[in-house]
Amino acid sequence: MKLFIALMTGTLAIFALSLFVGYAAIPVPDGLAALFGVGDPLFETVMREIRLPRTLLAAMVGASLGLSGAAMQGFLRNPLAEPGLIGVSGAAALGAVIALQTGFAAAFFLALPLSALLFAAGAVGLILLLAGPRGASLTLILAGIAVSAFAAALTALALNLSPNPYAASEIVFWMMGSVADRAMTHVWLAFPIMALGWLALATLGRGLDALTLGEDAAEALGVSLTRLRLQLLFGTAAAVGAATAVAGAVGFVGLIVPHLLRRFAQGQPSTLLWASALGGAAMVLAADLAVRLILPERDLKLGVVMALVGAPLFLHLIYKTRREIA
Amino acid sequence: MSLLHVEDLTVRRGECPVVDRAGFAVRAGECIGLIGPNGAGKTSLLRGALGLLPFEGASDLAALSPRERAARVSWLPQRREIAWPMSVERVVALGRLPYLARGARLGPEDRSAVDAALRRMGLEGFRHRIATQLSGGEQARVLIARMLAQDTPLLMADEPIAGLDPAAQIATLDEFRALAAEGHGIIVSLHDLSLAARYCSRLLVMQAGRIVADGPPREVLTSALLSRVFHLKADIFATPQGPVIVPMGVHI
Repeated sequence: MKLFIALMTGTLAIFALSLFVGYAAIPVPDGLAALFGVGDPLFETVMREIRLPRTLLAAMVGASLGLSGAAMQGFLRNPLAEPGLIGVSGAAALGAVIALQTGFAAAFFLALPLSALLFAAGAVGLILLLAGPRGASLTLILAGIAVSAFAAALTALALNLSPNPYAASEIVFWMMGSVADRAMTHVWLAFPIMALGWLALATLGRGLDALTLGEDAAEALGVSLTRLRLQLLFGTAAAVGAATAVAGAVGFVGLIVPHLLRRFAQGQPSTLLWASALGGAAMVLAADLAVRLILPERDLKLGVVMALVGAPLFLHLIYKTRREIA
Repeated sequence: MSLLHVEDLTVRRGECPVVDRAGFAVRAGECIGLIGPNGAGKTSLLRGALGLLPFEGASDLAALSPRERAARVSWLPQRREIAWPMSVERVVALGRLPYLARGARLGPEDRSAVDAALRRMGLEGFRHRIATQLSGGEQARVLIARMLAQDTPLLMADEPIAGLDPAAQIATLDEFRALAAEGHGIIVSLHDLSLAARYCSRLLVMQAGRIVADGPPREVLTSALLSRVFHLKADIFATPQGPVIVPMGVHI
């Protein structure tokens, strides 16, 4: 309960900060009024069409990545697991890259995220086909790695064959991940899909708790592992696929957040699920805030900042683990 | 009252049957020891009977839904696994999962079951310790307590006392015997023949996937059987606590 209050307050505080900090200096009362469509129309445009979608997307993407990371680690009983493992984010990125490379992305407003979502759904089908609906965790992971590797190869190919340097740099920048310059339409496209994914993942708690004792003991505790596996796959695919479709590849969140919060969740996988969702939202919101504050004129990418923050945290983890082993 | 009924159970690994047409029943109040050399099929028999492995034949527990089964039988796998740094109390409370509604917290009944399980395994002092930081034998006791917290009519444990110190082995089997006296049914696979003889009311002996003997320890544990099944030359001493088996040599 204390953990919930702390995380909730933190996330809401950063959320508010993200709404009221930006290039245009808007006083808080005016901004608040503008959010509800009252006051200066310029403020209203900035608040409702620039900052709100950006902030909402950062929170949604972070929550998706944190939640699916915690679920994946709980399922595999491995603190190094992350949502990208099942290949859905790689496939979604490939869909987006192909849309950019062929110029399809310019065909209509949501062409890029829709193409990414299509590829993510295709990846889920492919993984199910490879691993079988009753496949064990190991075959699921192997299928995920195969799909990721293939998607990475095709992404490289698309980059290799890009018609001109502008297209190539557009692809590279997109792949760095960002929630800047998104519209409410992006929010409305991603939200229903993410919400389905969150629902599927958030109800895994009991099964993941039981899995602490191993697959055999979990089954004897009344958990259907086949169902749990499918629910995890669909939940992760929906949440991460939609996140990648609207924000590009944002790494490290799904790996680091559950790891940082595990101690505060007292190791309990079910507690860690919602804690990581809140923590992930806070982390991505904070990273996006950093993007705007550090180099506002250079269009720093969210994924880059995340990696810059994530890598040292990872080093800290290695250090801590080594001390525990020694 | 029959707690488990298994008939003609065959478990295959590829083509080869690792359990071959095994049949037995467990009644309330029985403490059954499952003995046999390595690879005789003890674990496969137990997992097959639970429905955790594909099998041919019939087992009434395997026919239940996972949730119903979890209220009827608790299972302690041989491989001891505690994946996350949780407190002992929380690990033991996992045994209450089958009774909790989705998202519900532990009720007073669950708490008292957890307390009773901790007390039975002598773990009250460990309640708030992190389970993964305990020694192997202590972790084994935590996992047994987890099984007790599930509070089922039937308990199945695969080598529960392997790796425990002698006092903990005896204390654990004492608890199993007490649970049987309270009306639970128990089936444990064991390697210590003397402890099996002393604590179990009935022994099932497995060899090459088949149940080759089934009966009270005094009748089952003969030097002929030890020689045939275990390839063991052993002296058997009758004591008031039951037969004591002292292995002396190996038959080639």
